[in-house]
Amino acid sequence: MKIRRVGAAGLLIECDDADRVEDWRAELWQRREKGELQAVEIVPGARTILLDGVAPGTAGLLPRWEPALGGIQSEGPLVEIRTVFDGEDLASVAELWGVTTDEAIQRLTDTTLHVAFSGFAPGFAYLRGLPDAWAVSRLAAPRPRVPAGAVALAGGYAGIYPTASPGGWRLVGHTDQNLFDVRRKQPALLTPGTRVRLVAA
Amino acid sequence: MITVLRAGPLTTVQDLGRPGHAHLGVPRSGALDEPALRLANRFVGNPDDAAGLETTLLGCALRFAEAALVAVTGAVAQVDVNGRPVERPHGQQLFEVPAGGVLDIKRASRGVRSYIAVAGGINVEPVLGSRSTDTLSGLGPARLIEGADLPVGVPSGAPSLVGEPARIGGELVLGIRLGPRDDWFESHGLFGSAYQISPLSNRVGARLAGNALTRRDVGELPSEGVVLGAVQVPADGQPIIFLADHPTTGGYPVIGVVDDVTPLAQARPGTSVRFRELD
Repeated sequence: MKIRRVGAAGLLIECDDADRVEDWRAELWQRREKGELQAVEIVPGARTILLDGVAPGTAGLLPRWEPALGGIQSEGPLVEIRTVFDGEDLASVAELWGVTTDEAIQRLTDTTLHVAFSGFAPGFAYLRGLPDAWAVSRLAAPRPRVPAGAVALAGGYAGIYPTASPGGWRLVGHTDQNLFDVRRKQPALLTPGTRVRLVAA
Repeated sequence: MITVLRAGPLTTVQDLGRPGHAHLGVPRSGALDEPALRLANRFVGNPDDAAGLETTLLGCALRFAEAALVAVTGAVAQVDVNGRPVERPHGQQLFEVPAGGVLDIKRASRGVRSYIAVAGGINVEPVLGSRSTDTLSGLGPARLIEGADLPVGVPSGAPSLVGEPARIGGELVLGIRLGPRDDWFESHGLFGSAYQISPLSNRVGARLAGNALTRRDVGELPSEGVVLGAVQVPADGQPIIFLADHPTTGGYPVIGVVDDVTPLAQARPGTSVRFRELD
């Protein structure tokens, strides 16, 4: 673990791997809940956690809060995403994996995913859980428009586009569930720590 | 009720933004020149977090259905009410607009963004605790268009004329704290010469043109959280200073963080920018 300075009131915790990011995120959310940590933002990334708007002296506290190793990924609520596996890139994903499209769908529905972090757009969650060996590259050229609800893969992540936008992820299907709705008390359906199952609709 | 007669190139509703949601991918947004919005709100007796309007370079024109106390701060621009320039007794633009009156903010002669506060505030529906238009994600009210109506809230506090408008114009010297990824660069390159504000700048970021920063580390950076004022350096080496509508995570390394981005809100394309290292 390494702590880097981010401006006058920010800190970046660098973690050894993505699992540690999730351990730290859970730990820091709890500390903030209990009032031990003052931070306006706690933002997990792929290998880091950003704290912004922290009280002076926070950097000195962090080494004492090093969380226990592993295990938090199974703690979040489980959300099922009704998915129609009709994505334009499903065949290319199956080919990269060396399986039939039915087997590719089976892999996706058999895997319990979880939200590692969010970004790119409100409610866009980077889902981990697929084995490293199944990582697929981004498209060489991003599509100018990916529709809202598109279920997609890139790198080792799965993701679901909350709104229509340009995008370079490989599309495997779509859902009619609303990923981000400001009228809900919790606007984002998928928040860091949430577990996700893709269920064939 | 306020009706938009001339929207200008980009006029948006802005308050102090919606910090605290970055972990959901929600940008902070809010007024780019926050002190200017706070000042305008104080002038008309609003709380600091009341929503006002932010114009861009060419101002806007509005018709007020009811009489209202109005303040204009930020860029230096002529302000007309019913076709006549308003008197500015204390150098402050605080005035009454009569019922049916037309407020017209002209092209800025210095600076870029004017802030219009109306006693009672612009009372559009808040989204995640803020009435700000987020030009990156589309959250909040739509940017102003001709013919749009804006509701005004009920005036609450007493107007106050305490506060000095900021000085606008000239070369900017921005204080910067290096990190978190300064070790990816030959970071002294940042301080050697002046940069110019690029015309591609917007509410997401101030793009700079000048000495390209060379990377020491050619690796790929996995996405990580970024803050207001972060100086991100993409592959071409030309720095971008993140402003209010910046994305919550980014995949380019951040060489340092600018202490106060407020002056960038009023910096026109071509403005010279230098960096000064803070401890």
